[in-house]
Amino acid sequence: MAAKKTSAKGLDRRKVVAALVRDRGDALVVTGLGSSTYDTFAVGDHDLNFYLWGAMGGAAMAGLGLALAQPKRRVLVITGDGEMLMGIGSLATIAVAAPKNLAIAVIDNGHYGETGMQRAHTGLGVDITGMAKAAGFPSATTIESNADLQRWLAVFHRKPGPVFGDIKVSAVPAPMKLPVRDGTAIKYRFREALLGKAAFE
Amino acid sequence: MQTDQQTRATMWPDEIFEVLKESGVTQVAYVPDAGHSKLINRCHADKSMKTVVLTTEEEGVAMMAGTFMGGAKGVLLMQSSGVGNCINMLSMFQECRLPILMLVTMRGVWGEFNPWQVPMGGSTAKALENAGVIVHSVDHAEEIKETVNACAKLAFNTHRPVAMLIQQRVIGFKNWRK
Repeated sequence: MAAKKTSAKGLDRRKVVAALVRDRGDALVVTGLGSSTYDTFAVGDHDLNFYLWGAMGGAAMAGLGLALAQPKRRVLVITGDGEMLMGIGSLATIAVAAPKNLAIAVIDNGHYGETGMQRAHTGLGVDITGMAKAAGFPSATTIESNADLQRWLAVFHRKPGPVFGDIKVSAVPAPMKLPVRDGTAIKYRFREALLGKAAFE
Repeated sequence: MQTDQQTRATMWPDEIFEVLKESGVTQVAYVPDAGHSKLINRCHADKSMKTVVLTTEEEGVAMMAGTFMGGAKGVLLMQSSGVGNCINMLSMFQECRLPILMLVTMRGVWGEFNPWQVPMGGSTAKALENAGVIVHSVDHAEEIKETVNACAKLAFNTHRPVAMLIQQRVIGFKNWRK
């Protein structure tokens, strides 16, 4: 079983995601496909969660489009390290666009969890916080302990962005909990909660 | 003396810009292309438009999903070579029934100099259609205004992905010897 071969070192991913959304207020949340989508659902379903089940590499950019459309709302992207790596150029795009209301949390287990726990670049020495800093993110942090995480939560929710955090979590998989999969249902649920009747115009 | 036809041949980027404004488009994402350079400059100059330069076209596809989820309208500008970069990301638009308006300047089809542009130019329309995108193509500058307007209406009124291909014949030959 994959869990036996993988390191238990690092934070518990479900506890991390629970901490990230606990004080979300009226924030809009985009989740990257795979475990980040399951984690965000498992710790508390919400109409303003845009769960991605595909479009790998697109979570951060979907977050940018939302952040520019809703400049008064905080937009939180919760995604995996493999998903972020596939759209790594978007760090440059987001740094240049400089949305103050966008924050990205990477739940980094150093592996491709959906496909058999192959090691990802992040597990082989690539520092994506360094890449975000080099791109020009005014705030980019690697989080390795619960104390780091607790300190960083205020940054994630309130510091003028774009904000980037790479959170090192254990590679031990969490129990499967799956949200709604139908993309059109996700769209209408989210848009109605955000826009009211205008969602159906 | 400039004829109406000559004026029209250079005015179409301004016509697209006017249609975008009238359609309520407030977000523009692009990978630079010579054919779109005038339109890109106009979008950057308009402070009410949020104009975002991308490192690859698929970033813009993902961005447009967030744009519409947030209640705004956007447009994605690219060259035909970039269409190939978009395919998997477009799955989100079919699955979520989201609108996207893509304006694609063609290469590799009409009087092309660079042979490396030919493969993607030849498969641009088919690749888009296979990805579930409705495609309209324009060969003449005078068709652009009504076509971009029709594409914007179709996309945003019916929540469908729509692309307008601006054929190389409209843009003219690139001068490789200057």
